[in-house]
Amino acid sequence: MPAYYLEVLTVTLGLVLLMAEAFLPTKSKARVGIAAALFLGVILCVTCTATGPTPGNVWPTWIGRFYQFDSLARFYKLFALVTTIFVVLLSVDYRKILVRFTDHPGSENGTGEYYALPVFACAGMMWLASARDLAGAFVALELITITFYILVAYMRRNVGSLEAGVKYLILGALSTGFLVYGIAWMYGTTHTMVCLASHSFIMSGEITNPSGLLFGIALIMVGIGFKIGAVPMQLWIPDVYQGAPTPTTAFLSVGSKAAGFILLIRFIEPLLATEITRGPVLNLLIILAVATLLFGNLAAIPQTNFKRLLAYSSIAHAGFLLLALAAGAAETANSLSSAQVVSFYLATYLIMTLGVFFVLAQVRIQRDGENISDFNGLGKTNPLLALSLTVLLAALAGVPLTAGFIGKFFVFSLAVEAKLWAGVGVAFIAAAAGFYYYLNVVRAMWWGNAGQMAKVNLPVISKLCITLLTISTLVFGIWPQPILALLK
Amino acid sequence: MLALLVFLPILAFIAILLGAPARLTAIGASAANLSIGLYAAFSWKYSCWSFSVPVLEKPALNLAFGFPPDGMSVVMVLLTVIVTLAAVLSGKAPEGKEKLYFGSSLLISGGALGAFAATDLFFFYAFHELALIPTFLMIGMLGRGDRKEAAWKITIYLGLGSIILLAGLVWLTNLTGTYDIAKMIAAKDSVDPHSQKSIAALLLVGFGTLVSLFPFHSWAAPAYASAPAPTAMLHAGVLKKFGLYGLLRIAIPLIPEGLNAWLIPLLVLLLGNILWVGLVTISQKRLDLMLGNSSVMHMGYIFLAIAALVAFPENPLAQPAAVLLMFAHGVSIALLFGLADRLERNTGSLDLSDLGGLAKSAPKLAFVFGIAAMASIGLPGLANFSGEVLVFLAAFKTYNGTAGLGPVQIACILSIWGVVISAVYMLRAYRNIFQGPSVKATESAADLTLLDRIPTVLLILALFAVGLYPNLLLNLLK
Repeated sequence: MPAYYLEVLTVTLGLVLLMAEAFLPTKSKARVGIAAALFLGVILCVTCTATGPTPGNVWPTWIGRFYQFDSLARFYKLFALVTTIFVVLLSVDYRKILVRFTDHPGSENGTGEYYALPVFACAGMMWLASARDLAGAFVALELITITFYILVAYMRRNVGSLEAGVKYLILGALSTGFLVYGIAWMYGTTHTMVCLASHSFIMSGEITNPSGLLFGIALIMVGIGFKIGAVPMQLWIPDVYQGAPTPTTAFLSVGSKAAGFILLIRFIEPLLATEITRGPVLNLLIILAVATLLFGNLAAIPQTNFKRLLAYSSIAHAGFLLLALAAGAAETANSLSSAQVVSFYLATYLIMTLGVFFVLAQVRIQRDGENISDFNGLGKTNPLLALSLTVLLAALAGVPLTAGFIGKFFVFSLAVEAKLWAGVGVAFIAAAAGFYYYLNVVRAMWWGNAGQMAKVNLPVISKLCITLLTISTLVFGIWPQPILALLK
Repeated sequence: MLALLVFLPILAFIAILLGAPARLTAIGASAANLSIGLYAAFSWKYSCWSFSVPVLEKPALNLAFGFPPDGMSVVMVLLTVIVTLAAVLSGKAPEGKEKLYFGSSLLISGGALGAFAATDLFFFYAFHELALIPTFLMIGMLGRGDRKEAAWKITIYLGLGSIILLAGLVWLTNLTGTYDIAKMIAAKDSVDPHSQKSIAALLLVGFGTLVSLFPFHSWAAPAYASAPAPTAMLHAGVLKKFGLYGLLRIAIPLIPEGLNAWLIPLLVLLLGNILWVGLVTISQKRLDLMLGNSSVMHMGYIFLAIAALVAFPENPLAQPAAVLLMFAHGVSIALLFGLADRLERNTGSLDLSDLGGLAKSAPKLAFVFGIAAMASIGLPGLANFSGEVLVFLAAFKTYNGTAGLGPVQIACILSIWGVVISAVYMLRAYRNIFQGPSVKATESAADLTLLDRIPTVLLILALFAVGLYPNLLLNLLK
């Protein structure tokens, strides 16, 4: 099947789910979520068999102008689908909290859309992975962002969620402004929108004075910086992450960030191939990387709220990813390219982060709190759950033999190879700080006093997902080849 | 074969997690490992021991185990399997914590075996980290006294040490372009002198922190004092040797000139270990803290052997001396920690002023503890003696009368005082605990049971065997 049907399928699925939610009489809206996860799984399988244009199967030219399909596109489509499936499953278990803060407290009446909206965001992420021109990328990005405006503020009787929604709306709109303005400058200087595939546009544009182009690039990078949470565009992250419903936070920190990164990868790829822009773009990236690494990791240290800690941790990981991009490495016989390393890192980040969010959601539901102190004594009440969370957090910190270490290892190798000594030095400080704040939670779990804390009973879905994600963290820590095979 | 040795403890850990009887599984796996390890000591030169599976294509990375021809790995593997069996045999898990207790011990053992057997830098590092995590958890959850403080301290110190170490190792692999240790050594010319010096600093601090080199040692004594017995035995006896092993395996072949630039600071620091920490040890009032400090102190001698090797890379005695002493110290400190735990369970206290006259009620314990104390002091006939004498000989190997004493020789002369210091604190502790009038705590204290004697006999046998016939190990190291 030609790849462009995938987005069509996903959007159709979203619409059908919305209709079904509205018109089918069901008591439990969680069925919508289960159905969404199932059908997304079907699309996942279809994605594996989807093909790009071949001599025997030529795509219409109008599609070819704005849509491409390569291994990177397939990887990020799979990434979006997997993330969305886990997020929807997480939402199903999270509905106990959700129903308390929607229009009809106690009943599931107002919660159906919560399972359908992520599907639309997923379609946006999938399209973004294939976008060839800036206009298409912009529309895909807005599809994601606007969905998130609703999802973040979904618990409308909860002050925190509302506050998060307003902050996300205002800063999201601001970033959109930067992005549009930047696209306008790009178009003005190069006379083309197809900026994400080849670098011919800079060559053919006969640019004598590149400052207009560079200005446009800088503006677009600011806009993307908001999405990936690069310092100094990270301001919204802690508050929005903390206030949003936990599944949405998970979706933001994995899906939305990955969407930002695939756009960034596609955007800088042609820029790095041309002499005029390569130097400035790499300089900008290394500055962003160093600032992000420092801020994300150091600000995470004093956090007491676990969800907020994860927000800072997501900034910190963005720093590592930016460092890999700043190396600007192309693929060689003996080493991976920056884009491959970023993609691999994001895949491991997906596994670890989603696992942590599953545990966090259950602790939130059953112990009614999201502070690190709410994890006290989890090692005594739920040894296996605590062991899983220990593995996941150790992976986030980058302990060897976990998937997280391999990702960091690649990043460091690239940075050393590119001789980015400032970046390497800061990244080491960042990794050391990471050890401290992640293990702080581990300390609370195993050494903290349980007191009156109740045992956490895991629902089936959460139990399966946590087990799966923990085992994957360990397996990919020893045998990362399957993920890398997808990136060839 | 070697993969079996490494993965057996890890598989046993998984089995325990899934519900197998913890103590029995642990003992079974450790005993099986001991027999494999002993078999390896005879047949390690055959190729059937090496094992390699490709893990990554780009950059090329293999999960590879093997015994390099210098024989160091075999000795370390032997040390690990012996101490592991003793540790799981002598430990007594608190009620309801058997899984954690024995599982963690197995994991530490598996990690240490993996690190000593790995021929690939990536897994060399990774397995050591794997072993550290259960160490932290055990101290934090099942430790005694101020366990949280001690656990947090060791976590921070060793975490930071590992990261500094990682920086040095990544730098090295970047210069040599491979992760295979043998290939790295073959490509050692690509490490230019300027980088050598910086890498040497990183590796000395990184490995040094892991081995409690003065002044990065302050995590060790409190951690060992509060650690449960098997953890203290395995960490002080086996896992800590990883840093020394790493210096011998990687730093000395790859960056000899860089290390040579730091020779004088290294000598000063190792004297800090022997003399400064030695004096600190004398002033300890509790047996567990005393043992913890003494294990820090004895690291100084091994560093002295390394320094002798750094000063004169052709020195034929230094490497065997270091490895022999690592083995001897590992066995003797494990024995002492095991006995200290037994002592505390029987008398309820480790405070030297609370104890006395224990030899009357527990003569067997007194006898065995006496042997362990003598070993630790370095009495002839026990393994530590052969190790220490070899170290001193190695330091003087290159002495020639006309040039006078070099820095290594001066350090050696000063560090011989350490033997006196060890005698002072060990004998004083022995007198305080076992001799003199009985006190309330020791009047009716139980002696070693038959079951307790198995691990002690195992360790003492190893001490005597190597002490009386050091060629057992030296032949492996030729």
